[in-house]
Amino acid sequence: MSDTHEHSIPFVRETELPQQPAPSNAAGPVKWMRDNLFATWANALLTVAAAYILFLIFSSTLPWIFGGLWTTSSLAECREILQGTSAACFSVLTERWNQLIFGFKYPPEYYWRPTVALVLMFVALAPVLFFDLPRKLLILTALFPFAAYWLIWGGTIWIPIMALVGFIVGYFVYARFVAQNFALGFFGGVAAAMVTWYIGGLIVPMIAPAVPALEAVPSRDLGGFMLNMMLGLTCVSLSIPLGIALALGRQSSMPLIKWICVVFIEFIRGVPLITLLFVASVMLAYFFPPEATVDLFLRVVIMITMFSAAYIAEVIRGGLAALPKGQYEAADSLGLDYAQAMRLIILPQALKISIPGIVNIAVGLFKDTTLVSVISMFDLVGMIRGPILASTDWNGVYWELLGFAAVLFFVVCYGISQYSQWLERRLATDHR
Amino acid sequence: MKKSIILGALTVAGLSAGAAAAGTIDDVKARGTLNCGVTTGLVGFAAPDANGEWQGFDVAVCRAVAAAVLGDATAVEFVPTTGKTRFTALASGEIDMLARNTTWTLSRDVDLKFDFIGVNYYDGQGFMVPKELGVSSAKELDGATVCIQTGTTTELNLADFFRANNISYEPVPIETNAEAQQQYLAGACDVYTTDASGLAATRATFEDPSAHALLPEIVSKEPLGPLVRHGDNEWGDVVRWTLNALITAEELGVSSANVAEMATSTTNPEVARLLGTEGTLGEMLGLDADWAKRAIETQGNYGEIFAKNIGEETPIGLARGLNAQWTDGGLLYSPPFR
Repeated sequence: MSDTHEHSIPFVRETELPQQPAPSNAAGPVKWMRDNLFATWANALLTVAAAYILFLIFSSTLPWIFGGLWTTSSLAECREILQGTSAACFSVLTERWNQLIFGFKYPPEYYWRPTVALVLMFVALAPVLFFDLPRKLLILTALFPFAAYWLIWGGTIWIPIMALVGFIVGYFVYARFVAQNFALGFFGGVAAAMVTWYIGGLIVPMIAPAVPALEAVPSRDLGGFMLNMMLGLTCVSLSIPLGIALALGRQSSMPLIKWICVVFIEFIRGVPLITLLFVASVMLAYFFPPEATVDLFLRVVIMITMFSAAYIAEVIRGGLAALPKGQYEAADSLGLDYAQAMRLIILPQALKISIPGIVNIAVGLFKDTTLVSVISMFDLVGMIRGPILASTDWNGVYWELLGFAAVLFFVVCYGISQYSQWLERRLATDHR
Repeated sequence: MKKSIILGALTVAGLSAGAAAAGTIDDVKARGTLNCGVTTGLVGFAAPDANGEWQGFDVAVCRAVAAAVLGDATAVEFVPTTGKTRFTALASGEIDMLARNTTWTLSRDVDLKFDFIGVNYYDGQGFMVPKELGVSSAKELDGATVCIQTGTTTELNLADFFRANNISYEPVPIETNAEAQQQYLAGACDVYTTDASGLAATRATFEDPSAHALLPEIVSKEPLGPLVRHGDNEWGDVVRWTLNALITAEELGVSSANVAEMATSTTNPEVARLLGTEGTLGEMLGLDADWAKRAIETQGNYGEIFAKNIGEETPIGLARGLNAQWTDGGLLYSPPFR
């Protein structure tokens, strides 16, 4: 600034004005509310109505939840304490907690066994779900089914060990012959595993100690949410490979294979799951002599696996159909045989596309495991509907128990769906 | 198609194998446990408690049989069955006897090839109404809305009753007892009808049971009893006479408290025969002399079992009614132990 302008310019600001906050009606919560909640008269009305409904819901449920009782020993006692005021009687959850989680017959002194199996399950699932983890961890995953079986059912450790040995022998035979021919390797491996299991079945009774380290617990004694988790996990993990095989079989050029797969898939998809469960629990009992029945848990696992495998096969078939034909031709032009083409080129892409559908079926399947309560297995819902509501102490407690079941299932299913969203972002399948 | 033929053939084979394998009593003794079918849970009749021990009126019958046959009332493997699975479980040999408040009907006895060995509870279909309705008889229920479980005999009985009395009603179909309870309390129906024992058990769970009344009319006969497979009469006899022993014990004043003393000091010849100090009744059944004594000792007589599980002192609060001894005007009448 020069002095000459001293009088011509009365004032010159030398610094920038500090930024003023926006007017209160053009920023902050007020603006947000005007934009989003009260933009028009109609919106304002809807907002007020919705807020009123939310208020009604929360003003009645929150006191009910927070005023809940946790330490009484029966519903009658709850009512005595509450004296007519409305509040939850959560004591049923605390008193019957173990029954809700483990069923009413699992020996209480062994509750640690399924608990350890649950912890191991997370360890075993981690490398499968998060493929950034070192691949060596997959060995743990492979060992998990045998460890979990031994922990939950107990009995002699030689049974799961023999089962494992069978798989290992089968794998080595497969690895030995797969270079020559995939089919030779595969069926050779299966045959070798069968032989090992047969021999193992003869050896185990001889070497098994009279008193096993973990006392055996029969399947009939399993129950509660543990049973839902076991059924869900076993059936999902068994039905994915079976579903892949069915999907490939349906596209096979061999008419016999193709039609067997088509008939299987269409038959299973045309029958309600509950019918299959009734067949498993009621009809199959006729086919076996009274003392030699196949374990009910195994029967149910077979039926649910067949059911979900048929659905997963259709999802994967969708994935296979979505692949451009050029991918198949590219595999052929590289000189890969069918097995190699599928394993190395087609399936990795098709499965990636199929992930949302598979997760969808897994979530549905997990919830469907509660259907076993109608064939007198005591899963979480079976425990609630049967023993707990039928006890003289707790007859009449519906909201608390069924709400608890809903929360447990929601936590697991929401977890699965969040994982699948993460996986989709990670694999970015929508770019294809 | 081929599969179903194979399965069908297996069914036939399995059925004939089941029928040919006689001697349930020998199987039970060899196995060392009694496989007894019960409900998956019915208040007062069968339900596991907080420790997982089965308790209830039907359960006591299973335990009494186990005590009589095996000498150990805890040697019972309880197999929970639903209304849909109970008969196949028994027919296929998965269970040795079924004590699951099952109504004795001709078709079940004859067509399904079972033997009902007696009646341990005389039930009948009743009506429950809120007291504020001001109804004192089911015949005043003209135009009422009635909550009723679909697909049950109660539905048919209800239609018969209203038609016979020339009054109308509007059914509200419901699926389970739990649903009925909620509908009834919410006022969706004026009347709830099912077996009287079930009504009493349901009412016991209400916040204010005294606001609801059971109407005096009983519109059907529902004799509930344990059953066994047809064609194995030795086993049927054992179960039948174990139940009769419990009933007779009450009639003769033998209870779990005094059975040991009665066995040694009784002067009543029938008590002596029942408890095995006289005669060879146990031997005739293929059991030892103390069979009935053990059943009564562990479970109590019929009256004790009733009082402990569903009687007036319990929350269910059922009166003896038809289930009193014949000497008290009820229907319980055991053939003599002779």
